[in-house]
Amino acid sequence: MTAMRPRYRLRSVTPFAALLPMALTVIVAYVGAALWTLKVSFTSSRTFASDNFVGLAQYERLFANERWMLSLHNLAVYGLLFVLACMLIGFLLAVFIDQNVTGEGVLRTIFLYPYAMSFMATGLVWQWLLTPGNGLEQALQQLGFRDVQLDWIIDQNMAIYTIVIATVWQASGLVMAILLAGLRGIDPEIWKAARLDGIPKWRVYLSIVVPMLGATLSTVFLLLAVAVVKLFDAVVAMTQGGPGTASEVPAKFIMDHLFLRSNIGLASAAAVVLLVPVLALLAPYIYARSRAKGRA
Amino acid sequence: MVHAYRMALAAGLLVAGACSHSAHAGQAAGPTAEVIHWWTSGGESAAVKEIAQAYRAAGGIWVDSAIAGGDQARAVTINRIVGGNPPTAAQFNTSKQFLDAIENGMLNNVDALAARQGWDKALPEAIVNVIKVKGHYYALPLSIHMQTWIWYSQAAFKKAGIAKEPATVDELFAALDKLKAAGIVPLAHGGQSWQETILFSSMLSSVGGKQLYLSVLRDRDQRAIHSDAFKKVLLAYKRLQSYVDAGAPGRNWNDATAMLISGKAGVQIMGDWAKGEFSNAKMAAGTQYGCIPGLGPDAPYLIQGDVFVFPKTSNPSVLKAQELLGNVAVAPATQLAFNRLKGSIPPRSDIDASTLDLCAQKGVQIMKDKARVVGVTEVYLTPDQNGALQDVLTAFWNTRMPVETAQKNIAAALRD
Repeated sequence: MTAMRPRYRLRSVTPFAALLPMALTVIVAYVGAALWTLKVSFTSSRTFASDNFVGLAQYERLFANERWMLSLHNLAVYGLLFVLACMLIGFLLAVFIDQNVTGEGVLRTIFLYPYAMSFMATGLVWQWLLTPGNGLEQALQQLGFRDVQLDWIIDQNMAIYTIVIATVWQASGLVMAILLAGLRGIDPEIWKAARLDGIPKWRVYLSIVVPMLGATLSTVFLLLAVAVVKLFDAVVAMTQGGPGTASEVPAKFIMDHLFLRSNIGLASAAAVVLLVPVLALLAPYIYARSRAKGRA
Repeated sequence: MVHAYRMALAAGLLVAGACSHSAHAGQAAGPTAEVIHWWTSGGESAAVKEIAQAYRAAGGIWVDSAIAGGDQARAVTINRIVGGNPPTAAQFNTSKQFLDAIENGMLNNVDALAARQGWDKALPEAIVNVIKVKGHYYALPLSIHMQTWIWYSQAAFKKAGIAKEPATVDELFAALDKLKAAGIVPLAHGGQSWQETILFSSMLSSVGGKQLYLSVLRDRDQRAIHSDAFKKVLLAYKRLQSYVDAGAPGRNWNDATAMLISGKAGVQIMGDWAKGEFSNAKMAAGTQYGCIPGLGPDAPYLIQGDVFVFPKTSNPSVLKAQELLGNVAVAPATQLAFNRLKGSIPPRSDIDASTLDLCAQKGVQIMKDKARVVGVTEVYLTPDQNGALQDVLTAFWNTRMPVETAQKNIAAALRD
């Protein structure tokens, strides 16, 4: 027995040793940086971090700032549309491929392909496509639709929707891939039973398959929600927040104030505000996961 | 090496320290200068090569750290200073961009150079105010750009029947109306917030005049911002928007200049860097395109420019490199060669500018009248205030914001 002990100890230490680098990265780089940001947000820091604490002054300034409020509004509109559209389109594509269509491999690649491109490249491509007098508008006009006008990207009220279009085009392929994996994991016996009972296919999807995909769907939702909060590159590539400030988003506000405007105090306050919805999204997810674990 | 030594001497570059160095440069490596800058376009990189050449000719080793984009380059410089691995020298704009670095004691001063060259007298006040903090000079001015030149296409003016170059604000609007009637895009504009700020600065200086310009931007006087005179400036700025084509939003400034070159548009208000586009298209100043420095005989001349700053160090070999680079960069020959390629004018008034182009010479002439010279928005405002002002201006330009709201928002943006 005494000879076994060191080996047993070693065995229990190994996983911790393997996890240590990742744990350190998370604690130092993520949690540490988040705490540092929180601290800076209470100071009057400009180009450099200072220790001159000013309480909530940066937050007051932030919420008196029209551009910030507009950014939050845009983020809400964008987030809602982006998540809904991605999940709907991604789900329909996954169901479509799940019908054992011929050329599944090719189609899957095509649908997933946009995801291999960076948001920057996606943004540039769509900017070219949507520029008035160019791209899509020109193509449609040459096809004979002379009255077609596609000027959303330079329209105050529509610019944010062009960003929804471009990013949905990019991200729905990923949603499809994840949901397809989920669909393939559904027990074929369920389909057989449903067929015997004469239940229409759409009904099986809605009432049986979707509830069974709960965990997968929540993963997809989380991925998309994080993408919403960090939306930045696509806006920079497509509209630069314009026309005017019409398509500004919070991440761009933070980056502008961090570097261009040398005001890391205000930028940190904005970053902290942006962290709140992320935590609000994450908390129920983690809670549900731990509950599920407890039950098992 | 002897040859280079003589050439450098002839150009009047050398002081004692640098002199002994270049003599030894044959055996031992000279002082190494790593310089961060964002002069990456065609004309700009040719210009910075002139400084690099002169530095090499003086016996130094030039390490070029060109980083595309001013924001990016400045972020790298600041990060490297904070991280304890600063470059020998770095480019900034003549503005408050490096004020925080000065106040945190992160830059070496260049007082010796300034005293020897008499910067107090030789440099325009708008520049001295930015680079001299608490009695010490912290940056070396390299160039002066003028931000609000009014460029026009001679062909477009002819087609629209405009015989005379507009000399007042009213004449400018009359010319824009005529261009519109002739089916030409009157004002070539790129709808990005910094370009809208240029249009605003142009209107503030020529409609409002020097006094209002300084009370709004330098003194940030709330009463001036709420005044009727300033309201008139904002309305003139907004009026310009009716002369812009629908495709303007997001357009780059050089694409707007291209509209003048192709004759599609008549007028563009832009800094003198636009000149590079005209000369690339083989157009001649005076006959094919015109340049108006401002409206009215004493219209303010809005300057900005580039400087080198020297991050703090006590390493003797880096100090030597900083000193040598400073001496090289202020030499008249270097300054002239640099500014000719860049389209700007030398900051020192005692440099013979007769070899510069027509528009630059107009500028040099105006610069002699110190009362006309003021800085651009960035000279008076912190990057943060300047950004907040830009946000209001671009929102006012692009939406139906009432002018009173714009006044109120500008007042708020400049308050703290």
